[in-house]
Amino acid sequence: MLENKQSSNPLNGLCAALDKNENYQKFKVYRDKVLALGNDSLEKTIAIAVSLCLVCAVLVSFAAVALKPLQVGNKAADMKKNILDVAGLLEEGTNVDSAFADKIEAKVVDLATGDYVDNINADEFDQRKAAKDPAQNVAIPKDKDIAHIRVKAKYAKVFIVKEGGVTKSIILPMHGYGLWSTLYGFLSLDADGQTVQSINFYDQAETPGLGGEVVNPNWRALWKGKKVYAETDQPSLEKGLIAEADIGEPALALIKGSVDTSKPGAQYQVDGLAGATLTSNGVSNLVRYWMGEEGFAPYLKKVRTVKGAKS
Amino acid sequence: MSAVLNDETKKVLVTPLVNDNPITLQVLGICSALAVTSQMSTSLIMALALTLVTAFSSAAISAIRNHIPSSIRIIVQMTIIASLVIVVDQILKAFAYDVSKQLSVFVGLIITNCIVMGRAEGYAMKNPPLESFMDGIGNGLGYSLILIIVAFFRETLGSGKLLGIEVFKLVKDGGWYDPNGLMLLPPSAFFIIGLIIWGVRQWKPGQAEKSEYKIMSIAHGEGGHH
Repeated sequence: MLENKQSSNPLNGLCAALDKNENYQKFKVYRDKVLALGNDSLEKTIAIAVSLCLVCAVLVSFAAVALKPLQVGNKAADMKKNILDVAGLLEEGTNVDSAFADKIEAKVVDLATGDYVDNINADEFDQRKAAKDPAQNVAIPKDKDIAHIRVKAKYAKVFIVKEGGVTKSIILPMHGYGLWSTLYGFLSLDADGQTVQSINFYDQAETPGLGGEVVNPNWRALWKGKKVYAETDQPSLEKGLIAEADIGEPALALIKGSVDTSKPGAQYQVDGLAGATLTSNGVSNLVRYWMGEEGFAPYLKKVRTVKGAKS
Repeated sequence: MSAVLNDETKKVLVTPLVNDNPITLQVLGICSALAVTSQMSTSLIMALALTLVTAFSSAAISAIRNHIPSSIRIIVQMTIIASLVIVVDQILKAFAYDVSKQLSVFVGLIITNCIVMGRAEGYAMKNPPLESFMDGIGNGLGYSLILIIVAFFRETLGSGKLLGIEVFKLVKDGGWYDPNGLMLLPPSAFFIIGLIIWGVRQWKPGQAEKSEYKIMSIAHGEGGHH
């Protein structure tokens, strides 16, 4: 008890101003009464538990609130970095803000029609927030919800990479459920709306070392050059590997083991993640969902026809 | 400084480094030692975070130790530790975003790190705040030391780098070193920690545990005393 008195002395010194406050005097009387109670009495147990929770809650909320602006800034910068990364524009020493402003244009797309929405400021539109807002989201019918996300925003935010006025790539946001977490990522396609340039997942909490390998650069590199939609003029059609009805449907998926590049259909296949079947299935499902009719298929169709009209 | 560093403080600072190391002797905190040591940078941040949490939680628990009701002792310790861990996590997210992303759940898991709880229950509940703080620093440093050694071997042998700077030129970049992929996987930390424990116990045989039982010889087998 003696040590306890000593350690509270400097505190009392600091609170000299408080000492004059009437309420503080009352509080002190209560405090001393409580501290004098036996440690195992019910009153003291409750008093200690409540005051400890108060102190800890104040500490935690102070840290969370005070650091929030910095964290939000970090997140926004990180998002730009991820978009530059999936666009293949991120090199060491790149100034993220200026590179993003120079080369990348955000646009809002109406998922149902595939048209651009012009009356929404694309820079301020937040698709993840919109997906949670009942005014801006739609429920996904159960039989179509292969990515297990239940609701989606009516509008999606896509990013167009342009160089000298020519579209170089289209970056599409995707998300879906893996094993433990919802994976959020981007898929970047060539201007043809068919060939994959790159994929990246910026927010996921899959098992580190197994499903968490979705962020591994070596695995991500396997996606380059893969095709999203089944094409008509494939020998695989004759061999029955792709049914006629599936033409134009998203075919890209992860398979178990390694892709045999000599086999037909290899352009739609990516190596699955070893030891992470459920995460691999989740990635396949979310790619198929977002490239399908529920997702960006209407938009990508327009991208392709506009390009066709030009040439 | 010398006035502050009395014998007890010195003892609690230095003994956890080798003589009473939380990882090699007490075999605590192994889980995070496996998870974060594939790179030196994450190991250093993790070591720093754990050291700070252990020191401050020990000091805080020690400051109120005479008033902690024994029936809610553990939950009081956990609340303090958990709050500090959340604060550390928030600070990392604000000031070291990339590292905090790499460490992901492991910062949060400091809450369950046996070293923090062990020091709170084993030392801070019985000793004054300053010594408890130093004891936390000492044990944190003991943990850090092992983490740094493990990360040193894992990063150099596994990716030919140290703190991201190339030390061995890799074959794929036209060099001579073929990286050992096993070193990047968690089991390699088991091997390295095992080797460290073996080495330390050879050097200081007093640390070796006495065997819990003796294998009986056949002669005593049937009629042996119970």
